[in-house]
Amino acid sequence: MTTVEEPKTTTFDDNDQKPVGFGRMLRKEDPRLLRGRGRFTDDVQLPGMLHLAILRSPFAHARVVSVDTSAAEAAPGVKAVVTGETLKGLGLAWMPTLSNDVQAVLATDKVRFQGQEVAFVVAEDRYAARDALELIDVEYEVLDPVIDVRQALAPDAPLIRDDLEGKADNHCFDWETGDADETEAVFARADVVVQQDIVYPRVHPAPMETCGAVADFDAVEGKLKLWSTTQAPHAHRTLYAIVAGLPEHKIQVIAPDIGGGFGNKVPIYPGYVCAIVGSIVTGKPVKWMEDRSENLISTGFARDYIMRGEIAATRDGKILGIRTNVLADHGAFNGTAAPVKYPAGFFGVFTGSYDIEAAYCKMTAVYTNKAPGGVAYACSFRITEAVYLVERIVDCLAAELDMDPAELRLKNFIQPDQFPYTTKTGWVYDSGNYEPTMRLAMDIAGYADLRREQEEKRARGELMGIGISFFTEAVGAGPRKNMDILGLGMADGCELRVHPTGKAVVRLSVKTQGQGHETTFAQIVAEEIGIPPADIEVVHGDTDQTPFGLGTYGSRSTPVSGAAAALVARKVRDKAQLIASAMLEVTVADLDWVKGSFQVKGDPAKAVTIQQIAMRAHGAGDLPEGVEGGLEAQICYNPSNLTYPHGAYICVVDIDPGTAQVKVRRFIAVDDCGTRINPMIIEGQIHGGLTDGVGMALMEMISFDEDGNCLGASLMDYLIPTALEVPDWETGYTVTPSPHHPIGAKGVGESATVGSPPAIVNAVVDALKPYGVRHADMPLTPSRVWDAMRGRATPPI
Amino acid sequence: MQVPAPFEYERATSVDQAIGLLERLGSSARLVAGGHSLLPMMKLRLANFDYLIDINPLHAELGYIRLTGDEVRIGALTRHRELLESDELAAAFPIFRDAERVIADPVVRNRGTLGGSLCQADPSEDLSAVCTTLDASCVIRGPGGSERVVTMEEFHVGPYETAVGDDEMLTEIRLPLRPGGGSAYEKVERRAGDWAVVSAGAAVWLTADGTIADARVGLAAVGPNTTGIPELSAALRGREPAEDLYEQAGAIAARSCDPATDQRGSADYKRHLADELTRRTLRTAVARARS
Repeated sequence: MTTVEEPKTTTFDDNDQKPVGFGRMLRKEDPRLLRGRGRFTDDVQLPGMLHLAILRSPFAHARVVSVDTSAAEAAPGVKAVVTGETLKGLGLAWMPTLSNDVQAVLATDKVRFQGQEVAFVVAEDRYAARDALELIDVEYEVLDPVIDVRQALAPDAPLIRDDLEGKADNHCFDWETGDADETEAVFARADVVVQQDIVYPRVHPAPMETCGAVADFDAVEGKLKLWSTTQAPHAHRTLYAIVAGLPEHKIQVIAPDIGGGFGNKVPIYPGYVCAIVGSIVTGKPVKWMEDRSENLISTGFARDYIMRGEIAATRDGKILGIRTNVLADHGAFNGTAAPVKYPAGFFGVFTGSYDIEAAYCKMTAVYTNKAPGGVAYACSFRITEAVYLVERIVDCLAAELDMDPAELRLKNFIQPDQFPYTTKTGWVYDSGNYEPTMRLAMDIAGYADLRREQEEKRARGELMGIGISFFTEAVGAGPRKNMDILGLGMADGCELRVHPTGKAVVRLSVKTQGQGHETTFAQIVAEEIGIPPADIEVVHGDTDQTPFGLGTYGSRSTPVSGAAAALVARKVRDKAQLIASAMLEVTVADLDWVKGSFQVKGDPAKAVTIQQIAMRAHGAGDLPEGVEGGLEAQICYNPSNLTYPHGAYICVVDIDPGTAQVKVRRFIAVDDCGTRINPMIIEGQIHGGLTDGVGMALMEMISFDEDGNCLGASLMDYLIPTALEVPDWETGYTVTPSPHHPIGAKGVGESATVGSPPAIVNAVVDALKPYGVRHADMPLTPSRVWDAMRGRATPPI
Repeated sequence: MQVPAPFEYERATSVDQAIGLLERLGSSARLVAGGHSLLPMMKLRLANFDYLIDINPLHAELGYIRLTGDEVRIGALTRHRELLESDELAAAFPIFRDAERVIADPVVRNRGTLGGSLCQADPSEDLSAVCTTLDASCVIRGPGGSERVVTMEEFHVGPYETAVGDDEMLTEIRLPLRPGGGSAYEKVERRAGDWAVVSAGAAVWLTADGTIADARVGLAAVGPNTTGIPELSAALRGREPAEDLYEQAGAIAARSCDPATDQRGSADYKRHLADELTRRTLRTAVARARS
């Protein structure tokens, strides 16, 4: 069922309603974070702790001829210098990536991207370690690099991955989805076919906190404690066990407070492994924290898809088919973090929110001499690219048909009675009701008035653009029957324990990087068992303290672990009901649950609270037959399907015709993430994601020169937006609960990052309509917009 | 955390003591004022000095804005924030406030100084363009209390290179005050706080009958250093301010500059901006001169 509510203006004066369950409340974690009492990886200080610094390759492609560490070893304060050859002896020179490829921990044969790890120094302090790096003498034989992804498969292209047996080219993988013949048939009979080349450039998540670790190996106990910036502590622990051969019960991974992840902290990076080796070699705790440049040049990038989009339609605007061909740049190693059976992530949802007859995608992925990674930056496993493709190509179709882009979308939406809806690429959308969401966004925007204003301005030579994007996300990976990461099923555990005094602790397998888990999960449990969120401690991030699960990314925490938290609370409530029936001397069937207490049917005065039940569960006296003492439960939740949030975004831009600068004047975001747990947190997630979108659309790009030097190695070169580049966000919402999720929630963390770039680009292209512009690639910097105005729009790579 | 190579650090107690240290230590020493360009370069190890001489303790001596009868004198340690907030300076040369509003961010403006900006000699530096526009002269002090005064053209020798010797210090900027003046500054940047893609400053001085007695334009980020454009000034002198004149000036600015294509934009676009921003700033400067 869908309910469409009136939009509320964002308000800060009533964000702390202290609900026992869902509703606005201030975040439980914020007093700690705002007062500087958060504890991040770099805050970990251990007695005798040493510091590690990594020597990185200055070249994109070079053979390592020799590494001389003698001067570094003799430098003051240096405790150990480790090279690829040292690791080779330990069988640790290479490690598996999350996509069944391998990646060098420290280079032995060649370096394959600028910034690749070559050696490391462990020293008494950060300065001594960094100074000693200068004393390591590496002789390189520089090789031609592969930088232009379009040339990666050329017959004479230099071979990057000669480490892989039998590898003779830079081909990484091919992937296809949909039906090629069926799609061809649909295109053949369509009135209109529009084709557009679309590039989604390489960008970087650039979290405020860079990656790092503190490794503390106790040789006597044989136990490794690892504090690290990880979005997936349990998955990392299992992988360390497999890679390093350490028994899993002797590894404790602790993700303390994390200063932003956005997917950047999903992979295992060589630096983490180096810290572990450094601790084993020196017998001391070892800290490694990368600096900003290291983070930007060597850790998981995002996007880098070169797409050709095609759309087929009837003359009156019925979309028949969508087809795309993608060239994917995976960098030097395939480090994509995605379920194993999904090498292109969830790009298969490129059919968007539209009911069409056929679809087909063919993708070729290649290796280049660039940093590895591939899925990161709040992208819901490549849905960002998919939504950008479909929402851009639909706008191209609207231009071709001379049809209003809102009208074209409304005409083609999947209808409410078609859900669950199976797309032509095999995705089963669980629920949706698109038109009310779209209409609400248009109402908030005053769409008709905006179009009138635009007409008047165009007559005066002013450039104003209105851009629309409508997206459907697929989040909450995922059903273990077809989703795993390196063989680990994507189900999530959760444990709930109610203490005798009625306070509780809930232990999660997922880990916040700023999303507000400590509040949201307390609210989910509170909604189910009536204990106030303030009385519920949320424990997460420490593998010794929490049940197994796959971590926080792909907007999966609420869809998967949120379901686990609700269900484990229901298990506790069921047990509480048995105890209440004994306390009230009635049968279980005679009890009503009124949030926080069980009441005797027809006699509400006879009731026991959850707190009283908790004391009874732990107290003196017998419990009903077959009921054990204590009030706790655990669960492992395996989702039956993904959840499919959707949203309608409208962006209004003004462009200075003289300087080509784009100003985002308004941005309206109406999101439908199903049941809303804490609207304030949702709004925060949306605001952050929209800001991300402005960054990607207008300024962010990791680019390289022809030698493979990364040109985005600092925040002066890789721009991320500030408050001055973004408007006051106008948000609204509709609620279409997920039918298969216990509380109907769908996940919202990445919606705005996914949905906003096409709205902004569509707005810019719309503004440039008087110049005959149909497409311009991101990032839409003033210079690139000016080129587009002169009919010289070029791809950014 | 990025960490610099080892260096020695000393706080200056007077201008002459700092110059004495420079005399003794030579090119292995560097003065640090706001430090917002120098320290990041040292942390990235792009710049390595054995000694840093911190001149921030000299702020009382070198941080000032003084209006005399025919010129404005600004101490080299005057901070961006002081330049931004000075109503006296804004009344004399509104171009300063225009520029300071788009320089970096408040944190940088609280520390960064006029002298440091000029000595960094970055081709994209906003205050270099402002000082060029205003035909500033630079006071350089050397050993034994010696002092010399150079023009902005003489001051900037090349990108990141100035006329200040190893044993010298820039101490003061002097800006001539002339009647009937108006000035303005505009910058195109990819994001607030970024270096200029291109920026332009313009200053005009009108005669009593409203014709242009003199005019100057200074451009940043379109060549190795900001320089005045004599041809442009000559074209404007004695003329009546008008749109077609600004267009003519813009065209001269565009062909007089030498921009390079980089991540901030193509050379063509930058040349176009030199034209566009010259026209815009002249228009504003004239309007201000008239009011």
